[in-house]
Amino acid sequence: MIDVRSISFRYHQGWVLQDVSFRIQKGSFIGLIGPNGSGKTTLLKILYHHLSPQQGDILFDQIPLRKMSRPAIAKRIAMVAQETHILFPFTALEVVLMGRSPYLGHRLFESSKDLEIARKAMEWTETFSLSERAMDEVSGGERKRIFIARALAQEPELILLDEPTTNLDIHHQRDFLDLILTLNKERGLTTVMASHDMNIASEFCDQLILLCDGKIDRMGHPEEVITRENIERVYGCDVWVDRHPVSGAPRIHLLKK
Amino acid sequence: MTLVTPKKVILISALLTLLLLGVILLAVTLGSVRVPFRLSIQILIQSIMGGNVSGTDTEQAIILSLRFPRAILAGLVGAGLSVSGAVFQALLRNPLADPYILGVSSGAAVGAIVALLLGLSTASLGLPLVSFLGALMTVLLVLYFGRQDGKIHPNTLLLAGVIIGSFLSAVIMFFISISQREELRTIIFWLMGDFSLANPQTLFTVFPYVLGGFVVVYLQARHLNVMLFGEENALQLGVNVERLRMICYLFASLITAASVSVCGLIGFVGLIVPHGSRLIFGPDHRILIPASALIGASFLIASDTLARILLAPVELPVGVITAVFGGPFFIYLLKTRKTMKVL
Repeated sequence: MIDVRSISFRYHQGWVLQDVSFRIQKGSFIGLIGPNGSGKTTLLKILYHHLSPQQGDILFDQIPLRKMSRPAIAKRIAMVAQETHILFPFTALEVVLMGRSPYLGHRLFESSKDLEIARKAMEWTETFSLSERAMDEVSGGERKRIFIARALAQEPELILLDEPTTNLDIHHQRDFLDLILTLNKERGLTTVMASHDMNIASEFCDQLILLCDGKIDRMGHPEEVITRENIERVYGCDVWVDRHPVSGAPRIHLLKK
Repeated sequence: MTLVTPKKVILISALLTLLLLGVILLAVTLGSVRVPFRLSIQILIQSIMGGNVSGTDTEQAIILSLRFPRAILAGLVGAGLSVSGAVFQALLRNPLADPYILGVSSGAAVGAIVALLLGLSTASLGLPLVSFLGALMTVLLVLYFGRQDGKIHPNTLLLAGVIIGSFLSAVIMFFISISQREELRTIIFWLMGDFSLANPQTLFTVFPYVLGGFVVVYLQARHLNVMLFGEENALQLGVNVERLRMICYLFASLITAASVSVCGLIGFVGLIVPHGSRLIFGPDHRILIPASALIGASFLIASDTLARILLAPVELPVGVITAVFGGPFFIYLLKTRKTMKVL
């Protein structure tokens, strides 16, 4: 589906990403892990063409992203950012309806079909009861789900998530990840999630990309990526890796100095 | 259902248009020379419909050549400044933004003062023209310095605007300090915003800018909503941010330039009307822009009428009225609608 071909990117000086290549298969759930400053967020921004790499290409079904118009990209790729600052109090439904923006073109108003799609997205994310609430009156977990609903209203083929579980308690983390997993498994929504929480990434993703200094260090099944040697080399700290007692996925424990 | 639909926009606009018409009628009948209410309305309607017009020549002249054009001019300027303020607030993502924040007003003021010092009267068409040119030059200068890598960055634009504005303020102070006593009063009135010196004919030159600017900006209304969530979100939703910023900056500035060039720097309208409208009708630009235009027009016509009659026959600069009534009204709105956090 997506073919990232040896892209390199720099802001002003110093490469943030260097010669990064990988493929995203349709329906996969990819975790993007790596230390602070390893280029995770930059890579996500490149994937929805907010930034364009100085070298290399990204092909979406054989078509380079840079040749696609912004609305065309937004119809296929949705992004849920870490934190969105809201200036004036729109209601949750208004925010979700904005997800229809790429489909509206020059039309100023949404049709009943757009409204129907937004409603469905809110039902999946269990935010429908919040429709009339202003965005500054909902909790952090609810806000995150509303932005997922907005992303779903874009009817994307690929959804990008940047640190989706930060600021959520474990209950909301579980609910949120279950939702993403359901969308991924049942609706075939391809997902790329950047996360600092390697145990969550290991548990939920079927493929991991470990970034280090703007390069791909390891890529593959969680069991191949999350090993004591890899983590100690990339993060430079001592860890213990065992298996999750229920699921069997690799699990990391920090060790004191 | 709070969603903004075409039906809702039309309904609210129709109601606000009725309000505007009421305010215009009041503005036409009130003034230092008493023309009875019924008679003034008769004169107005008969002249619009054609045919015989009642009243004496003096009464007709007061209504048709003075008060009515002045009310329409005030309405255009009020609508223009309010729409422009709403757009600047979204463009700069700053609730404190107003039409003057990027220095357009200072450019217009320098132009106007230069014209005054050259001996052009405020009632001529030359002064608004020079003032408009001053404003346009400022718009282009701010754009030139406010861009980075060929892109508009709101913060850089804001800095460039504020700095150029301050520089031009110094130029204004210089001109004030070298001007003669008789010019001084005119300059100060102009800087406060004043319709008594304006030429009613200028309404025909302001009209196309306000109307054209309104249409262009309104077509971007849905994208402006998305812009309030920041550049990244707008890009995620497929909005061409660069183009949107350029269109909004240029057209909101044009509206402002045309408005201030005829009547000087009327403060507060462009700040409080968008906020007031937002508190009443919500932040969606598809309703906010038309509502701001109509409320702004009504507000400025009402303010100008007060400026004419409060100390009649002496006229106050309208900027004094907008500030004196607008400020406390805004505070009241903020305090009574606590759920709407705008600042």
